Amino acid sequence: MNWRQPHTGGMVMLLAVMAVLPLFLDNSFQYEIAIKVALNAAVCVGLNLLIGYTGQISLGHAGFFALGAYSSAILTDRYGLPPMAAMLTGALGVGLLSFIIARPILKLKGHYLAMGTLGMGVIISIVLNQEADFTGGPDGMSVAALTIFGWEPVTEFQWYWIAVGFLALCVWLSLNLINSPVGRALRAVHGSEIAARTMGIDTTHYKVLVFVVSAVMACLAGSLFAHYNGYITPSKADFFYSIELVTMVVLGGMASTFGAVIGAVVLTVVPQVLTVFENYEMMVFGGVLMGMIIFMHKGLLPTLSEFIGKRFHEPDKR
Amino acid sequence: MSLISVEHLTKSFGGIVAVNELDLTIEPGGIVSIIGPNGAGKTTLFNLLSGIYQPTAGRIFFADEDVTDLSCHELAGIGLSRTFQNVQSFMNMSALENVMVGCHLHSNQRFIDTLLQLPSIKKSNRECRDTAIELMTYVGLKDYISAPADRLPYGALKRLEIARALATRPRVLLLDEPAAGLNPRETQEIDDLIRDIAKQGTTVMLVEHDMKLVMGISDRIIVIDHGQWLAEGTAEEIRHNPDVIAAYLGEQGRNR
Amino acid sequence: MLAEFLQYLISGVTVGAIYGLVGIGFSIIYNSSQVINFTQGEFVMIGGMATVSLISAGVPMPLAMLGAVALATIVGVALEKFCIEPSRNAPVVTLIIITIGASIFLRGTAEVLWDRNFHSLVPISGDNPIDIAGAKLLPQSIWIVGSLMVIVCGLWLFFNRTLLGKAMLATSYNRLAAQLVGIEVRNILLLSFVLSSTLGAVAGILIAPISMTYSTVGVMLGLKGFSAAIVGGLGNPMGAILGGLIVGIAEAMTAGYISSAYKDAVAFIIILAVLFFMPNGLFGRKVVEKV
Repeated sequence: MNWRQPHTGGMVMLLAVMAVLPLFLDNSFQYEIAIKVALNAAVCVGLNLLIGYTGQISLGHAGFFALGAYSSAILTDRYGLPPMAAMLTGALGVGLLSFIIARPILKLKGHYLAMGTLGMGVIISIVLNQEADFTGGPDGMSVAALTIFGWEPVTEFQWYWIAVGFLALCVWLSLNLINSPVGRALRAVHGSEIAARTMGIDTTHYKVLVFVVSAVMACLAGSLFAHYNGYITPSKADFFYSIELVTMVVLGGMASTFGAVIGAVVLTVVPQVLTVFENYEMMVFGGVLMGMIIFMHKGLLPTLSEFIGKRFHEPDKR
Repeated sequence: MSLISVEHLTKSFGGIVAVNELDLTIEPGGIVSIIGPNGAGKTTLFNLLSGIYQPTAGRIFFADEDVTDLSCHELAGIGLSRTFQNVQSFMNMSALENVMVGCHLHSNQRFIDTLLQLPSIKKSNRECRDTAIELMTYVGLKDYISAPADRLPYGALKRLEIARALATRPRVLLLDEPAAGLNPRETQEIDDLIRDIAKQGTTVMLVEHDMKLVMGISDRIIVIDHGQWLAEGTAEEIRHNPDVIAAYLGEQGRNR
Repeated sequence: MLAEFLQYLISGVTVGAIYGLVGIGFSIIYNSSQVINFTQGEFVMIGGMATVSLISAGVPMPLAMLGAVALATIVGVALEKFCIEPSRNAPVVTLIIITIGASIFLRGTAEVLWDRNFHSLVPISGDNPIDIAGAKLLPQSIWIVGSLMVIVCGLWLFFNRTLLGKAMLATSYNRLAAQLVGIEVRNILLLSFVLSSTLGAVAGILIAPISMTYSTVGVMLGLKGFSAAIVGGLGNPMGAILGGLIVGIAEAMTAGYISSAYKDAVAFIIILAVLFFMPNGLFGRKVVEKV
């Protein structure tokens, strides 16, 4: 293992933060936020592969999150599947669905792709709202407890480890993916699709691949969320949640796996802090969001590391 | 056996016929230049050969196999690579990574191996890196190995594209105006580089406006005009071909 | 049978015209800046809400409407000056997120400034429906479609007959070339925000008597306007109108004949279907990859 590699260093740091954090969490509310941060972050890590690295926007990923959540809820409740089996079935289903949608939808470019994915998300959301016999409609439905080979996590502390463990897994997979020929192919699609093709890269294949990977990550995070929360409503399939996820990726810093994690942390925690503003909450949130992105185009992590780079290293001579 | 041949190749955009019933044959080895006045269809021909455009009519053969319907990446897979007139570098990556992308065809692309970062992937990464460093040194970009692509000057980007194309290990390399925008010294360096690439056994096809470069470097020259074949021969023959002088060299040719 | 169909058609054309109006706003801003401005829906909201609050403050209706349009325009200008212009070189996704941040901010401000209640506006010419072959046509619908026609004609004259309009068109075709012939591209950008915010506010005022106005009215209308612009082909204002009508009529027909619950879903399925066959919308410029 090469410790000097930023990837390895970042992974070690992330694991350290995860290990130490429980020392600073002293009530179940704080644990709850930490768990939500971790699950959001996991979705963002996947979404960042699609948006940040491959340059393909999606405004519909909340749909996959919700499909994961609902397949866990429905398959355990209505069909009596064990939670783990339901989760895997859901992931397979979403993988298949996203594979089928990916080819036509990723033919679209730029704003048209934004529209296409947005439409996909809205359709999923409407179906979840309307098929009340299965989903309980807008009121949502309760979800059975998670059991992993007979063990049932009950405390927030146990759930914390499941959530951060899942996040760590996603980060690890994402780093592996990026630091490989496949990862370079993805980034090449972003840089110049036409040049990538002349390098022998089947760009359609890779766009579909990364779309499916990000959808499955969102789906699994959704399943975990459903079991943790014990209850699920269609609001998780909402257009707003999709936007929130993309915002986390952009805010943290596109094409940076750890940036996606940081974006998720900030955008999950900030609204909790802003509740002190009561009626002004939404206004302040919009203002803060706008301000941060206007002043830091590249996102939090890249801007921060540039700043640190300038402070502590020789000025760049290139 | 011809390396590339096209038959009745036609490409039209709406009403404009950019390449019109073109027939030509490229033998393996050496440097073949495609010249012609502006708008003669040279770049369109390259885009057809490399699979970026699908022809309106006609066939393309590569090593006597019909490759008309192959897509861009499949053509790269059988040994056809190119550079671009307006550089198409991956500006979101480092210069070295740009060339590493060129190694894609020859590296481990298996998804499960990738996700688990198996030793074979690490080996592939290492080999890519070594090849890329070697190629960057070869094209004279040793100083830029750790630089991000968007920090490279224009001339260096042109070479970076050549290095990237070479990394695919092509049998034919299509160079679209490699000297455009370069100063005389840089042009001379590119000239030497192209000669050396051809000497190593890669067939080079060249579209270039710099006549001094073309006349000096080409083993054969094909002239096209209005999307059609006009003449073919050595630099000397082309220089004295009355059709070519009339169509293209007209004013320029006389004072050479 | 016919009456039913006509009724759905009327309501489809009415909302479709509104979607079209919002869609034109997307197209105009996209043309001058390549930005998809997700605050477009908030201009609609400001138009409706400001009119309501001015009227309740005792301002006569025509003045209240003018005031609301003016307010939306000011917001549009501020948005361009403080959010878009400083971020000119940011990637597209970043710009989208900035406008989304701005729309959250505006919605939040509206809730603080006004409230979260539903408000209704009095229709401009009363609400006695006109009977057409058994279908009821509200006078407000005539106002909406009429306004749309006036606006379309006005825009057509502006883009084809005035120097400024031609300068805007030129900028949308080739920014650099426009700059080289002496067009102040920055002013064009500002102007596009003025135009779009004005149109948005007008749409908001016109629709309020039919579907009420509230702080989040702009969200769905914004999305539908975006859909209209995309279906018509981004950057083609007239395409946006047709796109709006297609989406509006499809919705109304679905609500009438299939299920009102799925009307939005069908609208989006149609959009997806259009995009799958025509990836640049109905009238979008076809992009030939140039290398």
